[in-house]
This record gives sequence, C-alpha cells and structure tokens, in this order.
Amino acid sequence: MSTATAPPPAARDERLAHVSLVRRLLGRPELGAVVGAVAVFVFFSFAAPSFLQASSLSTILYSASTIGIMAVPVAMLMIGGEFDLSAGVMVTSSALISSMVSYQLTANVWVGVGVSLLVTLAIGFFNGFMLTRTKLPSFIITLGTFLMLTGLNLGFTKLISGSVSTKSIADMEGFPSAKALFASQWTIGDVTLKVTVLWWLALVALATWILLRTRAGNWIFAVGGAAEAARAVGVPVVRTRIGLYMGVALCAWISGQHILFSYDVVQSGEGVGNEFLYIIAAVIGGCLMTGGYGSAIGSAVGAFIFGMTSNGIVYAQWNPDWFKFFLGAMLLLATLLNAWVRKRAEAK
Amino acid sequence: MGAVLAAVLGASLAGCSSTGGKRAEDRAKAAAQGRPAVSTPRWTFAMVTHAGDGDTFWDIVQKGAKEAAAKDNINFLYSHDDQAQQQAQFVQAAIDQKVDGIIVSLAKPEALKDVLGKAAKAGIPVITVNSGSAQSKEYGALTHIGQDEEIAGEAVGTELTKRGRKKAVCVLHEQGNVGHEQRCAGAKKTFGGTMENLYVEGTNMPSVQAAIQAKLQAEPDLDAVLTLGAPFAPTAVKAKDAAGSKAEIDTFDLNESVARDLKSGALGFAVDQQPYLQGYEAVDLLWLYKYNANTLGGGRPVLTGPQIVTKDEAAELEEYIKRVTR
Repeated sequence: MSTATAPPPAARDERLAHVSLVRRLLGRPELGAVVGAVAVFVFFSFAAPSFLQASSLSTILYSASTIGIMAVPVAMLMIGGEFDLSAGVMVTSSALISSMVSYQLTANVWVGVGVSLLVTLAIGFFNGFMLTRTKLPSFIITLGTFLMLTGLNLGFTKLISGSVSTKSIADMEGFPSAKALFASQWTIGDVTLKVTVLWWLALVALATWILLRTRAGNWIFAVGGAAEAARAVGVPVVRTRIGLYMGVALCAWISGQHILFSYDVVQSGEGVGNEFLYIIAAVIGGCLMTGGYGSAIGSAVGAFIFGMTSNGIVYAQWNPDWFKFFLGAMLLLATLLNAWVRKRAEAK
Repeated sequence: MGAVLAAVLGASLAGCSSTGGKRAEDRAKAAAQGRPAVSTPRWTFAMVTHAGDGDTFWDIVQKGAKEAAAKDNINFLYSHDDQAQQQAQFVQAAIDQKVDGIIVSLAKPEALKDVLGKAAKAGIPVITVNSGSAQSKEYGALTHIGQDEEIAGEAVGTELTKRGRKKAVCVLHEQGNVGHEQRCAGAKKTFGGTMENLYVEGTNMPSVQAAIQAKLQAEPDLDAVLTLGAPFAPTAVKAKDAAGSKAEIDTFDLNESVARDLKSGALGFAVDQQPYLQGYEAVDLLWLYKYNANTLGGGRPVLTGPQIVTKDEAAELEEYIKRVTR
C-alpha cells in the first residue's frame, strides 16, 4: 500500500502506471480521519466560544500529544496485525521504575531513567517473544501482561514506599536536565507549548519514514497483511513482531518519563484504560483492525481528534456525563467515514 | 354524568400514591432549586474533580455546589476524570476559559501542582475540596474544604474499639487513592484490635462481593468489615450473609440503602463527611471571596467531617438522604 512515487516507467507495466495526485490522496489511509478532524474542528469552533483561542488550542495540542506519542507505535503494531493491551499501564510502570530506582539508590535521576528504559524494553520484548513463541493471540498475551503490570505497579510501590504513590524526586541530582528533556515547556504570550508535542511530531516523522521508506516498513506491512506468505518470501516475521512490541515499550518509556518529570511523583494506579485511547486514535486514523493497512500520520490525526473532543466538551460547557457517549459516536462516525472514503478510492 | 365524573376522579385519586414517586421528587426539587438571592455579576466557577463516572458521592457534592451556585447567581461548570493527567488538563481548560474561580479536588495532588500555579498566575482564585488538605495551602488555594482522611479513620478506629471489635478488614475500592490509604491507616492507628487491608475492584460490584465473601470465609474470626464508600456497604452485607459470617459491617459515606441498612441494624455505623457541604461551601466561599474578599479557616482546612451516623441518626436523616443532599 506504500504510495512511494514510482520512477517514470520504461516498460508499460500496469503496476508502474502513473497515478494522479487526487487518486494518490484518496488512497491514503488517513484521508477519512483528516476529513473527520476538520469536521470536529469546525463543529467545536461554533459550539464552544473559547475553543479557538490560542491558549485553548495549545491545551488541546498537549492533550493530543500525550495520546499521540503512544498512538504512533500502537498504530505500527496494528499495521503489523497485533494489539497491545498492556500499553496503558506500561507507561505508569515505566515512570514508577525510574522514580523508585533513583530514590531508593539515591542515585542521579538519569540512572533511574536508564534502568527504566531497559526494563520497559524488556517488557516489550517479553510481549513479542511470548507472542511469537506460544502462537497465542496477542489479546491473551498482552492482557496477561496488563494484569501483571497493574498488580506489580501497586504491589511494588506499596512495598517500597509504603504508600500508593512514589516519593518526590524533584530535589535530586539530574532532575532539572531530565525535566528539560521530557517535560519542558515554552511560553509565548499566553500560549504554552509542551515538549511532548515535539516528541510526538518527531515520532510521527520517524514512524512514517520507517513505514514508507525502509525495508523494515515493508516487513511490517507484509507481516500484518499475510504473515505466512511473508515468511515464505523471507521476511523475518519473529524479529519484526518483537521489534514492534519493543517500539511500543520505547514510546511507553517516553510517555512515562514525561509523566514523572512533569509531576515529580507517580500514582501507582494510573494508566488503566488508556490502552484503548491509543487504539481508538489508531483506528480513527485509518488503521485496520485486521492489520496490513494504516499509517502513523493517521494515528496523529486520530489523537488530535481525541484531544479536540475531550477538551472541546469542556470548552463547550456541556455536561460531562455525556462525554463517553460522544466519544463513542465520534469513533463510529470516523470509522464509517474512513471505510466509505476507502471504498470510493478503491472503486475508481 | 357528574356522578360518573366524580367516581372516576375519586378512583384516580385513590390510585395515587401519597408518598414517594416522581411527584415527591418534583416537590423536593422545586424546594431546592431556588432563585439567585444576590445581585452580584454572573461569575463563572468551574469545578474539576477526580471522580470516576457515576459516583454517588460526587453527585451529592455536585448537588451542593449547584444549589449554592443558583443562590449566588453563579454559572457553574463541572468536569471530572479519574486519571490525574486528564484532570489537570480539565483545570487547564477552565483557565483557558478565563473562569472567575476554580474548585478542585486533590486526590492526586502532585499532578495538579503545575496547573494550579498557572491558575494563580492568571489571578483565578482556587478552593480545594475533599482530599488534599495537606497540599492545599502550599499550592496557593484560598481554603480547603473537606474531611481530614486520617482523622476520619481515627474516628472509625475509636468507634470500632468502643464496640468491642477485635479483628477487622478495611476494604479499599480504588487502587492508588491516597485518601483511602489514609483512612485505613487512621483506623488502624486507634483501633484496639488488628486490622488489615483488602483491595477490591470498585468498578466491578460482583467481584467486590466475591472478594469480601472469600475473605470472610477464609478468616471466620473476622468481626468487622469497613467499606470506604456507601455503594460497597450493601455489597459487604450480602457477602457477609452469603459467607454466614457474624462480622459487623461499617462504612464511610451515606446513601439511601446505607440509611435503610442502618435502621434495620444490618450496618453498625456510617461515617459521614457531608459531601453536600463540600460542594456548597466551596461555591459559597468563592462567591464570598469575590464579593467581600472573605476567606475561611485562617489557612487551616475547614473540616466537614467526620460525623458518626448510627441507627438513631439514620432515621432522622433519611428524608435528606432520599433527596440526595446527605
């Protein structure tokens, strides 16, 4: 499904036929999501008086980036045909590990951050390894990891710090530099830009490059589309899958460090349920649940729609009791729109 | 003809219930709604809490806040999320909207520190409610209105000792809530017997019941079960009956079934932190601050509890519990 432009055809091969810009656009998986995002944006611009303020938009952008950072690897994983239900709590685990390692060893904060990276990547590896070894569905494997991590988060935190949250590490060495990397912000007038937005954009760019321009990207599409066929032509299926899960772990680590360094303290019970938000963002952005189709840019648009919706309801001063309904309706509409646009594009 | 009409009318009247139902509810609503009692400008106050979806406790807080808002001519906005990060973003959204005052619960205080700093910078007065009495002042809030969780827990421990209990279990229904831990810790402190914690999954009632039941079956000598929220008390009673245990069930917070169970003796006592007051006072005090630069508490938390409610008080409070203001 890669739309990399082909060189001008020497022979008249139909696979190399020139494709018009419009048709190429229509073939992009994120097109439906972009249409949806525009619709949501216009809708809230009218519904909520304070929605269009620069300060509100920066709040929305931040909100979107916290989902978006995780939606990127989750989308890649879905293109590769798998799920990760442990992604939400893994973020919390990652933050807890950094904080507790640094505090208990009274070490430079960067030591904790480093240990956390290794442990989180190991969790990702565990997911991928178990999946490829046992051949069980990813739903079961990562559900197991999800539950174990939820228990470990609380168990370890209470065991070590005697309370459900970690102790503050804000006065420890290395904190300012780590905060600068993971949780800094710039204020221009009354607009605050958070560093997570940059992380997010960088990850989207990186993932897009991997998916469309590298061999690994081809492997991901091949594994998600038809794993057996891919294996038959020499694609390293096992390595690709494990790599995808480690990608999720890497981004969970980034998000976790952001939470730790923006709040100093981590609550052990957080993160449960967020895995669905990441999946929602990826699906709104055009990823197929069956794998083999989707894009990183789409996941970003999906996260942006989510950010606009969750905060737009507040700006519109609506009763939050209806929030989940609205979110569900949005998900259905966006997915339907996606399917419709794709069908039209393929019919041509 | 007239006689027929009178008969029909009489019959339909006789068919009406003179108590309860929608009519009683409407009457109570009309009495509670009220009109603005003041002529101050229509300020906008936003309340952002850590409540999960459909939490009865926060319904009462919200009701108190709404009734005070009606009286004080306030445009009242409410939002909530049990994820700390999302709660912080909702506070940020309130700041973006340039509201005139913010009410916030500090169950996960550190997550809100930054954003409360921004509120202070934007000149928006903040009042904290419910949990977070320790951080309230440090984060620049005018006042904290709530119950000191540890003191509330201590009251429970004392009451349990007075009732001659020896071995109790404290049922926590929200993993990771600091306030819940403090309640159990406080109870353990003043309780003469032994007490241990039991974590249950609060969003899944059947699993709560099963967990308590299993605990009671495993340890038949348990003689007290303390739940931390009203919805869990009747569940604990069910678990106790199913397990054939003789333990006394006690709880934090009130609701209609807790009042009924208190009256029938199925529950020993309930600790009320008067959530209605937390909402009502928060809005009213923000109004007082805007109108008259008043603050309350002199930098110390204003406590709304604990009040121990037993069989006798339950009868008296039932009417208020029914209209969801206690």
